[in-house]
Parts: sequence; C-alpha cells; structure tokens
Amino acid sequence: MSGRDTDGGAVIRRTADGSGADGADDRDGRDTAGGVEVRDLEVVLETRTVLSGVGLRVRRGGWLAVIGANGAGKSTLLKAVAGVLPHSGEVLIDGTPVRTLKPRERARLLAYAPQAPALPGDMTVFDYALLGRTPYIPYLGREGRRDREVTASVLERLDLSALARRPLGRLSGGERQRVVLARALVQQAPVLLLDEPTTALDLGHQQQVLELVDRLRLADGLTVVTTLHDLGVAGQYADMMTLVAGGRVAASGSPAEVLTGELIAEHFDAHVRVETDPSGRPQVHLERPGRPGRRGRPDREDRPDREDRPDREDRPAREGRPAREGRPDTPSGSGARTEDPCR
Amino acid sequence: MTRSARSSGVPGARAGDTVRTEEDARDGDAVPEGPPPHDPDRGTAGPAGSSRRAETGDHAGNPGRAARLRPVTALTAVGALLASALAALLVGAADIPPGKVALQLLDWLPFVSADPGLAPVEQGLLWELRLPRVLLAAVVGGLLACAGAAYQGVFRNPLADPYLLGAAAGAGLATTATVVFARGDDQSLLIPAAAFAGAIGGVLLAYALGNIAGRGGGTATLVLAGVAVSSFLTAIQTFLQQLRVEELQRIYSWILGNVGGGWSQIGLVAPYAAVSVVIMLLHGRLLDVLSVGDDEAASLGLNVARVRFAVLLAASLATASAVAVSGLIGFVGIVVPHAVRRLAGGSYRVVLPLSLLGGGAFLVLADLLARTVLAPAELPIGVVTAFVGAPFFVAVLRVTRRADA
Repeated sequence: MSGRDTDGGAVIRRTADGSGADGADDRDGRDTAGGVEVRDLEVVLETRTVLSGVGLRVRRGGWLAVIGANGAGKSTLLKAVAGVLPHSGEVLIDGTPVRTLKPRERARLLAYAPQAPALPGDMTVFDYALLGRTPYIPYLGREGRRDREVTASVLERLDLSALARRPLGRLSGGERQRVVLARALVQQAPVLLLDEPTTALDLGHQQQVLELVDRLRLADGLTVVTTLHDLGVAGQYADMMTLVAGGRVAASGSPAEVLTGELIAEHFDAHVRVETDPSGRPQVHLERPGRPGRRGRPDREDRPDREDRPDREDRPAREGRPAREGRPDTPSGSGARTEDPCR
Repeated sequence: MTRSARSSGVPGARAGDTVRTEEDARDGDAVPEGPPPHDPDRGTAGPAGSSRRAETGDHAGNPGRAARLRPVTALTAVGALLASALAALLVGAADIPPGKVALQLLDWLPFVSADPGLAPVEQGLLWELRLPRVLLAAVVGGLLACAGAAYQGVFRNPLADPYLLGAAAGAGLATTATVVFARGDDQSLLIPAAAFAGAIGGVLLAYALGNIAGRGGGTATLVLAGVAVSSFLTAIQTFLQQLRVEELQRIYSWILGNVGGGWSQIGLVAPYAAVSVVIMLLHGRLLDVLSVGDDEAASLGLNVARVRFAVLLAASLATASAVAVSGLIGFVGIVVPHAVRRLAGGSYRVVLPLSLLGGGAFLVLADLLARTVLAPAELPIGVVTAFVGAPFFVAVLRVTRRADA
C-alpha cells in the first residue's frame, strides 16, 4: 500500500475523531436497532466453560474492539458470534437472531477473518478472494459472472488488482492481511468480524490495515468487531470497547471508559499510564516498574480514576511498584534492584 | 469536508463518497460518477462495489479468472492418457507387430473397417488380455490418483493418500481371510468382494473411531484413528497369513497389485468408479473452500462436516473399488496429484480431473513397464509404480522448481 493511501485515510481518521463523540451520539438514537447484539453468550469447549454471560452491543457502522489478556476468550467470542463454535445465548444482527438463519444466510450477514487464516500457498489472490462468494453459490454450483465482478471490484478497491494472479505463498505479511480482508469484503456482509487483524504486522502495516478497515467501515457503513491485543491501537480506532476477562465481560463502554489504568492493571497485570490525546481518545503507555518514568506528565488530571484508586496503584513509577497478589517476586524494592545492573 | 459530512444526516454514505473519490483519483479513473448507490438499510458493500466495478471495469483488463480446468490443459491430459494407452496396446509380451495392432484397433472402432490380417489367436489375445488390461490400469490409476487428491483436500495434508484411513489394511485383512478360509470354490469374485468390503469397513471403522475420539472435530484425530485402525487390522492380517504359510505367495501377489483381471473386473469396478468420480469432481470447488480451514469455511456458510463426509465417502468408494480389482498399488495416489499440482496449479477443480486422467496414464505406463521389462515374466505393478514414480516425481519437482525461479 502506498504511503499516500495512509495519509488519505489518516485525514478522515482525525476529523472523524474530532467530531466522533457527537457524531456517535446523534446516530445512537437512530441506529441502536441495527448492528450486532449478543445476549448471554455461553461457550463450553469440551467440559470447560470458556465464555459465560457475555453480552455485546454494537450500533450499525460502529467499531467495537474486544480486548482482554491472552486466554481471556476474545477469539472464542468472535468465533461464537461468527457461528463457527457451538454456543448458547443469542446473537442478533439487525434484530434477527442468527440462530434462525441457515449457514449460508448467516454468512451473507457476518464475514469472519480468523487470527491465523490458512492461506494455501499455491492459490491465487483472486481465487482466494473469490471464496468469499461461497454463501451466494449453490452447494454444487459454480460462481458466475457477478461473483467474479464483485471479487474484481473488491480487489481493485484494496489495491490488489495487480496481485490478482499471484499465489498467496508469495505475498508479504501486509499483503496477506489485505487479501484476507478482501476475502471478507467479497462476502458483502454488513458485519465484519476480524480476529487480531494486525497480528505479526509491523507498526506501519498495522496502521495501514486498520486505516483501510476504518475507511471501508465509513464508506460502506460496515459494523466492525475486532479483537485487538494492542490496547493503544484499540484505543485509537474503536468507538466502543469490551474488556473480556476470565470468560466474562469485565467492562464495556467507550475507549476512555474501558482503557483506565486500573482496569488494565487488574485484567492485564500490566503497568501502564493512560493519557488522553487531543481528540479525546485514550493513549496507553507502557511503564517499566521501578524505573523513574517521565515526571510531570500531563495525565494526572486526565485520569479521574486516580483519586479513588487504592494506594497500591498510586505512583508506581517513582517508588517502585508495590507487591501485588499473584506476583510475589516483585516486591517494591526488588524492581529497582533488578534494574540496576542493566543500566 | 469530512467534518461536514459527518454532521450531515447520512455520515456513512457521505464519508464513503469522499473516500471513493480519492480512490478514483488514485486509480487514474478520469470519470468519477455520482454517488454510488448506497442502501442505508442494509449497508452492505454490495451495490457500491458492483457499480464501481462497472464503471472501472475494463481498464484493469481481466484481473483474474476463477481457477478452472482450461480446455487446453484438459485436452493435453486426455491426449497423454490416449497416447500411453496406445503405447501399452502396441507393445506386449506376445510378438505382434505394432502396425498390425494399430490396424486391428482401428478395425474395432465403429464405422471403421481395416484388415490387419491378424490370426484369431492374436485377435483374441489383444481383445481378451491386452485391451482390458490397459483399460483396467487406466481406471484403477485414475481412481487412486483422484481419491488421493480428494483425501489430500479433505485432510489439508499433502501427504494423505487413499490408504490413509485404513482402506488398505481393511482390504488386506479381508483378502487374506478369504484366501485362508475360503475353500475350493472359485475365488475370482470372492476376493474382489472381500477386498471391497474390507476397504470400506476399514475406513468406516477409522471414521467412527475418529469421531468418537474427536467429537466431530478436526482431521488430526481422524488421521490418528486411521493409523490405529491400520496397525490393528494389519496385525490381524499378519497373524492370519502366518496360519497358512503356503498361501503367502498368493497373498503377496495380491498385495503387490495386478491389473490383469480382464473384462469381468472392469465390469465390477465400473459402476462404483462412475459414481465416486462424479461425486469427487463435483466437490472440487468445495474442497477449495475447505482449504482455508474449518473455521473459515464454516463462516462462509459451508457445512464442513457434510462436505468432508461426502468427499471421504466417495474417495473411499473409489479406493475400495480400485483395491478390489487390483490389489494394493501404492504411490499413485500421492505422486500423481502432486505432479499435477506442480504442473497445473493447486485448485481442486483442476487437480481432481487432471489426477484422474494423469493417474490413468501413469498406471498404464507403469503396467507397460511391469510386463515388458522382464518379459515374459511380470513385475508386480506396485513395485514399478514406486520404482518409476519416485524418480518421475523428483524430475517434476526439478522442472517446476526451475520454472519458479
């Protein structure tokens, strides 16, 4: 993807952010009936309950990021919503329970891209994208002219036309991710479920892919649900966030409501500083325990949760992080001590 | 601009216009049309995408065609099969001049009359031995290669072969049991029936075991179940054959394969071959869908378990019918699909039909070697397939590697 591409997307991104809050508000009243709603989702794999009582709500055209620590059940949640895992509970798209749909009908409403998609090395980009037409092709039928046209137009839109005949095995990481996205778009579903769409991409390609998703979302009014392990990235793109922990929803709301130092510390066991950028989006910065951080940071007043925090979370960077349950090996002093030899 | 678009009533569509125009400019598309038809109620990419395709459709040429069998490729494969069949008919242990054989073949064609001047004995030899032998080799080779390709598609594993799920072990056990226990009577029908039942039984056993263990799950459990069933059945077969050491020769000659069964065997295999091949070929596109993984295929609305079962059933039927009339011929089911893939691409819509034709050609040639190299003695065809197949495969790998570079 060209640099220009990113710039174009970024322009939209920033302005969208600037007016994001009110824009979302005046649409909320109108659009809450649309979009995706998940009620009381429960997934039991083998005998283990992986998810229980999970509820989600995304307005049409919204972007929901599902965040959570490794193993929290993010991917499972997405798979269950996509209908590829047995589950109980209700998934509604525009008010229609997915359960009542045939698989092919469901696939016209929900496009799903797994975290590690299998890309057969000798399949061409065009053929792979064309697979997205499967829900429109009869069981033993073959694709028609329209299927090829839709595929070609999506490839063109994603700047992939030049690669149409290239085998998947000879694509770079960023190209692969775009091809997977193309396959999902060819499905022409109003809801995109993307499981970690930026895994294994470098910073620039992460940005390109997410800008692309955002552009497509705005252009076509797509509803996007992604899992994102990078909280900073998630905070920049999502307009709604759900924090999953231990198979349950731990928090849900706007990025600013979910990305708080306290919630992140509690559910990720991570040590971060959250600032608010000029557009009102939270920015998450990793902090190393025991290392004197940047002082005089502007986040004091931006973190309303700071005052009512218990003492254990306060001022961690300066005094060394107090010991917490489950981490007996990092008492307050030792963090600083172990740092010393490294300097 | 975008800000005003956002605050207007239809943010999605208006923002879309902006993006679209930018894209058009980048694409060098000089005639941007008006706002794309956008259906706010559904909000799919559909109408917008297709109209865009219509307006920019041709300047990019034809960016891609679906992978399917090109007529040229298909004709080449048919030609190869016919050429190898012709070669196999012309050459044989009996010393009949090839020219006369060719004339005789022409004479057998409808509406053609030629006078080869062959003695009735020679005619009979051609009609009763050589022709059915070539045909059976073609059918068996095609079935095994096609079934191998189908197994590889179902298991998404290039090392899968038609015997993976216990078909070979089941057939081997059933045949051995027949040879050991059946007394006296004519075994020319009994052995194929037993082999067929054994092969199907072995596969079903593995499938059932895999589904119990994996609870309808992935293919890995199925493969493991196949391995377990194969070892188990082979153990019983070994035990049985030790009971009657004097029958070892017969058992081994069956195991090593033989396509000299004559017309009756072709009659036996034909109906199963036809049904299974049709089913397999019809599933080519679905095997392509399956190749992106179970989850993704399911998210595309495909009933993965049903496709897998249908293809496995057809491939196992093909394998069982081939095994029933020819014994255990290895290597065809794994080498031919690979060679096809290297030469013609990986889509199962191409690999399945070309494996059918290529497998037929391969086994016809292998059988030609088997009966001529040490003539009048015959080599077991299973030995030849491996002996010839391995270097052939290496050659294909080398040639296509060079083409890649």
